[in-house]
Amino acid sequence: MSGIPHDHYEPKSGGAKWLESRLPIIGLLHDTLMIPTPKNLNWMWIWGIVLAFCLVMQIVTGVVLVMHYTPHVDMAFASVEHIMRDVNGGHMIRYFHMNGASLFFVAVYAHIFRGLYYGSYKAPREVTWIIGMLIYLMMMGTAFMGYVLPWGQMSFHGTAVITGLFGAIPFVGESIQTWLLGASSVGQPALNRFFSLHYLLPFVIAGLVIVHIWAFHSTGNNNPTGVEVRRTSKAEAEKDTLPFWPYFVIKDLFALAVILAVFVAIVGFMPNYLGHPDNYVEANPLVTPSHIVPEWYFLPFYAILRAFDDSVWVVQFTSWISFGIIDAKFFGVLAMFGAIIVMALAPWLDTSSVRSGRYRPMFKWWFALLVVDFIVLMWAGAMPAEGIYPIIALIGSAYWFAYFLIILPLLGVIEKPETPPATIEDDFNAHYGNQAADGSATPAE
Amino acid sequence: MIRTLTLTAAVALGLASGASAAGADDTHITDYSFSYEGPFGAFDQFQLQRGLQVYTEVCAACHGLKYVNFRNLSDEGGPQMPEDQMRAYAEQFFMSDYDSPENFDLIDPDTGDQKTLTPADHFPANNTQGAPDLSLMAKARAGFHGPYGTGLSQLFNGMGGGEYIASLLTGYTGETKDEAGTLLYENEAFSSGYINMAPPLYDDGVVYADGTEATIEQQAMDVSAFLMWTAEPKMMARKQAGLTGVIFLTVLAVLLYMTNKRLWAPHKKTARKD
Repeated sequence: MSGIPHDHYEPKSGGAKWLESRLPIIGLLHDTLMIPTPKNLNWMWIWGIVLAFCLVMQIVTGVVLVMHYTPHVDMAFASVEHIMRDVNGGHMIRYFHMNGASLFFVAVYAHIFRGLYYGSYKAPREVTWIIGMLIYLMMMGTAFMGYVLPWGQMSFHGTAVITGLFGAIPFVGESIQTWLLGASSVGQPALNRFFSLHYLLPFVIAGLVIVHIWAFHSTGNNNPTGVEVRRTSKAEAEKDTLPFWPYFVIKDLFALAVILAVFVAIVGFMPNYLGHPDNYVEANPLVTPSHIVPEWYFLPFYAILRAFDDSVWVVQFTSWISFGIIDAKFFGVLAMFGAIIVMALAPWLDTSSVRSGRYRPMFKWWFALLVVDFIVLMWAGAMPAEGIYPIIALIGSAYWFAYFLIILPLLGVIEKPETPPATIEDDFNAHYGNQAADGSATPAE
Repeated sequence: MIRTLTLTAAVALGLASGASAAGADDTHITDYSFSYEGPFGAFDQFQLQRGLQVYTEVCAACHGLKYVNFRNLSDEGGPQMPEDQMRAYAEQFFMSDYDSPENFDLIDPDTGDQKTLTPADHFPANNTQGAPDLSLMAKARAGFHGPYGTGLSQLFNGMGGGEYIASLLTGYTGETKDEAGTLLYENEAFSSGYINMAPPLYDDGVVYADGTEATIEQQAMDVSAFLMWTAEPKMMARKQAGLTGVIFLTVLAVLLYMTNKRLWAPHKKTARKD
């Protein structure tokens, strides 16, 4: 599968040969599991396994929840309480599923920012990156529709706000919104179709995950140096790599166990910390919660959505030049989706010849600022849109776009990068060799 | 790097709860100390029984508990009433499906009694105007917010649902105002400052069987603890499972750490020789 030279599976027994000539499935599993992996991968390369685990956990717990859940506006809320009170272990399954979404997003954000720092999106891994972005979009859709199902106050009114975004599209917006909801407002048709799609999309994600893995198994993993594995001979490749099993499987499982210990502590001791109290009140179209906020993982993009109001000159100018077709509301929607699109375009916006941020002295600081920016946006998204918060959100949004559209292209021209090590083996040896020599390790980040 | 990971997780967790934190106003919530708080906190079964008494004698006049089953009153980790007491308690509630319009024909033609369509095994709903069902109230309100919208205070104080209810019940100032013909009562814990509900508790308003002095604050705390149980009847089982899980995973992590170290040692050793 991978372009890195390595041993292929050779069936030995008669039965294995018989099967392999008809369906080379053992060979496929062998090549996947034994793929040569750069031996200098650091602890930021563990999130993929965490994500795979999350997907499986969400599907398994979700399938069990569906056995007891009723997608009807009069019964959905009560059926969730039935799960919490009457179903054996139901309260644990539901809390795992509910907080599992949060773990999923913690992992996906860590995974994405790792890719952004080490240049994992750059050639030849653009396709892996794009598929990853598609998975991320699907995850957001799935999480959003899942949040509707308990039919609490925040489910209902959050849905009204988010589907209302589509209503902002000029000319066809209202029709699209009605088509999405199956009615002119949130109700039974919306609940039914969101339930259906919430069950379907995870399997689409699973399919995309297989393609995602296929893509980066074809190019080989990136690594903290951004230097490619030597491919001229098997002997050289083996100096740069170790097989995925057992070296990285055990390492990743260790990291997974640590992360799950924290996760189980949250599920066991404070399962509602990340949720919103209003969602324990059954949906009531006549009573709107005083402050509608999405789940934490949507907050940065929610902040971008709200940042562009009528008072921003870019919005006023766009509105004027488009004869009012692009109003503030639609501009906000475009900005929110645009924020993800510019991130997806990173492979073509980054002009630097050096892949890993570790050897880019200026990039490092801009990247650190991007991480801070993301956290600030998350915070601003949770605050009411009044006082100083819209300004903070606007500055944060501006930096988000500037990072991808201005800073990444410019840095490649003005920055003088350091020289990365010649090979992965050099990096690995320098790290563990120095440790023995002077006791002060160069962090293998 | 592990340190960075931990930090990342902590920051994510801290900021994450922003969603649950917003909407704070200048209400006054007392941080009452409840026995069920914290990872090892447990419900006090006698407090829950007293709270049940306060609910039955005071709150039930207007508020329902429609999601709560009678049988759970005997469960471990709850009020743990003996089964015969629980049954006797349940018998005082008259339940029928007569009030749902499609069941009007459910009257026995011979005796004229109302027939019950489904066995009534849960507390009745109470549709009194403006009196919300209390089954989930302790989870539907947060007593603590902030600081600055980060939700970090909930990390240390808990969500504060019980504290909110207790503060509301003790938060009456005695002032009233008349608004469009409705008498409103000033309350320090209520978001708009004035609440529709008349002060429900009085000193010695109930007589506790166990001799506990029934001050307003005592009754408020007891019923708040009881309502936390009705909202989260499996809390004890959940904390138990959480603790077992954390211990198991910690041991597993240590074993995997040692396996990993052993596995990689020869390769790191080669690196040192070069």
